[in-house]
This record gives sequence, C-alpha cells and structure tokens, in this order.
Amino acid sequence: MTKKIYTKEEWIKALAGLKSSYNIFVPVKEEGFHTFKALDEKKSPDFDFQNTRLSPKSLVYPQSERLFEYTLDENAPDANIIKESEKGYFPQAIVGIRPCDAHAFQIVKPNFDNPEYQDPWWIKRFESTTFVGLGCNDPSSTCFCTSVGGSPFSEKGLDALLYDLGDTFLVKALTDKGEKFLNQAQGGKEADETTLKAGEDLAASASDKIEHKISTDKLKDKVQTELFDAPFWDDVAFACINCGTCTYLCPTCWCFDIQDEVLEKQGDRIRNWDSCMFPLFTLHGSGHNPRAKKVQRVRQRFMHKLKYYVDKYNNGVQCSGCGRCVRNCPVNIDIREICELMNGFLHKNQ
Amino acid sequence: MLEYVEKIRETARKLFKDDKVDVFIGYKKGSVPMMNQPVLISNADQVDLLCWDSNCGLNLCNYLTKRKDRIGIVANGCNSRNIVTHITENQISRDQLYIVGIPCKGMIDQRAVQRAVKQKEILEIKEHGETFTVKGKDFEETFNKNDYLQRNCSVCTHRNPVISDEMVASPVEEQSGVDAYKDVKEIEEMDPKKKWEFFTQAIDKCIRCYACRNACPLCYCPTCFVDESKPQWVGKSNDSIDTMTFHILRAYHCAGRCTDCGACERVCPVGIPVRQFTKKLNKDAQELFSWEAGLTPDQRPLLDVFRPDDYNDFIR
Repeated sequence: MTKKIYTKEEWIKALAGLKSSYNIFVPVKEEGFHTFKALDEKKSPDFDFQNTRLSPKSLVYPQSERLFEYTLDENAPDANIIKESEKGYFPQAIVGIRPCDAHAFQIVKPNFDNPEYQDPWWIKRFESTTFVGLGCNDPSSTCFCTSVGGSPFSEKGLDALLYDLGDTFLVKALTDKGEKFLNQAQGGKEADETTLKAGEDLAASASDKIEHKISTDKLKDKVQTELFDAPFWDDVAFACINCGTCTYLCPTCWCFDIQDEVLEKQGDRIRNWDSCMFPLFTLHGSGHNPRAKKVQRVRQRFMHKLKYYVDKYNNGVQCSGCGRCVRNCPVNIDIREICELMNGFLHKNQ
Repeated sequence: MLEYVEKIRETARKLFKDDKVDVFIGYKKGSVPMMNQPVLISNADQVDLLCWDSNCGLNLCNYLTKRKDRIGIVANGCNSRNIVTHITENQISRDQLYIVGIPCKGMIDQRAVQRAVKQKEILEIKEHGETFTVKGKDFEETFNKNDYLQRNCSVCTHRNPVISDEMVASPVEEQSGVDAYKDVKEIEEMDPKKKWEFFTQAIDKCIRCYACRNACPLCYCPTCFVDESKPQWVGKSNDSIDTMTFHILRAYHCAGRCTDCGACERVCPVGIPVRQFTKKLNKDAQELFSWEAGLTPDQRPLLDVFRPDDYNDFIR
C-alpha cells in the first residue's frame, strides 16, 4: 500500500487536483468552529483543529433528503405515481475526518445495511465515499475513543490515514479505495523509514494522551428491564431541556422521520433527521405517546446507545467517544458519567 | 460572586431544616469548564452540590413550569423576571416559591473566551472578582470579566432580582447609560433586502435542534406550533423558509415576555445570534408601551390587557 509524504501546501494542491475525480470535503474554519465543506479556492482547508462542531455524518446521511417525488396534477400521465428522486452518487472523499467519526460510520452501518434491511441511499453514498482520516495528535479532554474501541490513530473505517508531522503530512493507504485515491493524487514522495517511524511514535504517544476512560464492560450482562427501572434516571434527566443538540451533533445517532411536503401540485417525500429527545418522535396517530415524559426520552437515548445497541448487534456501544455531546450539551449532561452509572448499576437483589 | 456559594448552601440547608421547601433548584459544578448544570436537590444532605459563579447562564425558571411542590430557587435579575412572568402567566404560584435572590454581575460568554484563546482547549477556569483566568495545556491567560460578558449581560439594567424572599448579598449597582438596543438599531436601519440577507445568513447554520426554544422559559407550550401535525404549520426539513418561519414565529410568541436572559443564544450549538429575533420586539414593547417584561407580579402581561386609557389612538 502507498505511503507518501507531502508538505502541507503540496497536499492541499494535490487535493485540488483530485477535484475532477472526487467531490472533496475538508474541514474549514467558520466563525469560531470547524465544519466540513466542499473544497473551494476561496476558503482554504484548515487541518489544525480538534474536531468539527457537527459530525460529518450528513455527508453520507443528509439532514434532509428527498427520497421520492410525485405530481398531483390529474392531467399528467403519471399523476399520483410516486417515483424515486434522481440522486447523484459521484465519488466523494472526506479528507481530514477524525478516526472517531470514521469509526462512527462503522457503528451505524449495521442499522442501514444488514441482511434484513438495506437502505439503498445510505449504502450508495457510503460506498461512493473515500474516508481519508487525520490522526489526533492532541485529543481533547472530552475525548474517550480508547474506551469504546477506537484510538486517536485508529484505522477502523478509514481508507487512508494522515499523520500530521508538523510541516508535512505522512499519508498511508489502508484499503483499495484509499490506494486508488492516493494514486491519483499528484506530488508527494515515497515515505522513508524514518518518517514511518515518526508516524508510529506519534500514534503511540497520542493514545496515552486520552485521559478519560469509561467502563463499558458490564453493560452487556445487565438485565434490560432492571436498567430501565434503575433509580437514577430522574436525576440524570432533571437538567435536560430535550433539545436535539446531542442527537444532531452525534456521529452515531441515525433516527429519521419521513414527511410528505406538497407545494401546489408537486409532492416530495423527504427523510429528515429526527431525535428521540423530541416528544413528537414517538407520538402515535391515536394521540397516545409512549414516551410522553422527558425522563422517558432521556432514558431512551442512553439505553439505546449503551444497552439496546450492545445487545442487538454485539458490536460494542453505539458511541465512538468523540465527546461532541459532552462539550456541547447546553446543560452539561455528560454521557461518560451516565455510562459509569449504567455500567456500575447493581439491582437491589444483587 | 463566588462568595455567594456558602450563603446559598446555608439558606438551602435552613429551608430544608425548617421544612419550608420540598425541593431546591440551583446549579451544580459542571463536568467541563465554563459549564454548570441545573440541579434539583431534595434534602439537606445534598446542599453542598450547589454552586454559583459566572457560568450559570441557563435560565432556571424553565424547571418551574407546572410544578406542584414547594420550591426553593436561586434567581438573579433576569431569572427573577422570568419567575414573575411565570407567575402572571399562571405557570407557577408565588406561594409555592422561596426565591433566594442573587445580585448578579453577569455571565461569561464562553464562546468569546474560546475565541480569545484561539480555540485552544480550556481545561480550567478560576474567577477572582473582576477578573478570571483560564488555563489549558500550554497557556494561561487572565481576562477582565467585563470584557467577556454575554452580550445580554453587558447591556443588562436589571442585575438585581425584582422579587425575592431573601437576598444572598446587598444589591449590586445597576448599569446606567448602556444602549441596550444599539444592535437592533443597526438592523432597523437596513433596507428590506439587507434585513432579509441578515436574517437569512443568521439562520443559515440552523440545524433545527430547538435548543433555543427549549432553553427559553417562555416556551412552555404543551405542543409547540412546529410540532403540530394536524395541521402541520411548518415543514420539518432544513429548508431555509421553514427554519426562518420557526425563528420568526417563535420570536413573536415571546413579544412583551422576553427578559433578554440570553439562554437561547448561549445554548445554540452553531452560534446563531438568536437574541436578534426577540430583541426588536423588546424594543417595540418598550417604545410603544413603556413595557419591560417581568418587573412586577402586580401587572398583567402586556398582551393580555385592554386599557381604555391606552395612549395609542388605534386601540380606542
């Protein structure tokens, strides 16, 4: 597999050269925080960041996506016939994605792509994406990837990985997709042994910088109903304002709602992100709401991530440890503390 | 303001001991710097959780809506005005409350501090009266608190509670000579096209998480208009017209009620200047009706009274 070294200027130039083969998305600094944007001459990428405010999940799974369309015009030959909307799946590359966010796509994959159900739009966009990661030299104090199956230089879910060596990037291909991407990238030179060693050292030292560890080892053995009835949920939920910040910033939250929107005779069937924090999320047509109370919704979020997912997929927890919800929850509800509560919970009979 | 902490704890402890409250609502220290968590305690053993510093920006009045028990609560100027609004709007009854009043010198704008340290990660913050120091891995900087106040706090003229059962300290001096509506005036002077651009750009990043709405103590409707489905008033996608409809309609629902507590702006995960939507209406309420929300429980809310002696002609 290709291993190359680029000066940072060369790398950005190489990315620009790839624009005819890929839609390239890079971290860009916007008014105080970073976000993934299409590579554009007007705004240069900024790889000097901890992580983007919003996760890159929208690049595979847009917040709003038209799935189908139809016309209500009775005179049209296809009146009232629903048709799949045309979508483009031109190859895209997310360059600079953090290993936790790439891992997150692997965590959500069993939901969108499993033997029973295949979500064609998620799968097509996922498959058309090349994930070029950027290892974390200086993880944030709210990061906990090493507790949930990742690490600052984890290769999980990545096609290539960048090592920031100061003035240069070492880039390694990890899969055929990554190899193809790097083979098309102009410039750079073959990485020598010293550079590779520098990359390895960097990765090893970064792992030690993750100070926060959480325990997830006992979650699997807990009884769902006992955890569900645990006495701590009221306290956990008190401060929650039931906004969607945690779920919308989360790279592993996948829930959606499907809505029909009609303007005059034109109808669109749209899939929008939804959030288990919202009362409407579970409101039945009958008017009954099985999760009418805040505490039920808060419990659902944590039970889903840290228990139901664990039991259903045998793939660890539904969390990649990116720490976005920890940093951005308006009322400081900290998943690390709640995971400890759940993992350490002992039923009164135990 | 740090010296208030002991007094708050002592007061809460006494309230439980004298059986004057069932629960006490305050803030506890957060798990990350510049972030405190609203907390509900239900006995005297928990009072040491209570804290107070310049990071208590979320409005606690949110947690009072329709409660049935006897509640002790800390309240600075804006929070106390929201409590008044809650009382006049029948969301809580005055005799359920024991209000521990806090003279406030403003909350720190965490984002401004983050910008000042060039987005490097802040691991610790220490306040010392008029200044505060933030520390990270390889930096330590001290700032004047007044230069880093939340924008609503920097123009606040009601720092002292308007209603309380007990004060933790003597009132602080109110700010005078502040131009509370400088930013609104700048927008008013724009032509319609520019205004449209301003607001369109402001909401461009909105992800419809509704943190602004949910952090707002005024937004207690059992079902918000954006959540209505029969009929559905607003689309749910991130279409800019739907998003704009949400922000503007929500602002109108806050007309004559908003105390400019700044919670909406503080909680927005993508940094939208949410207050710009409600502030114009605060200015109108003041200019047209000499009204500021939540100053006294003896007055009915601005928009639910008809006064035959109203000085505006159109209503007579």
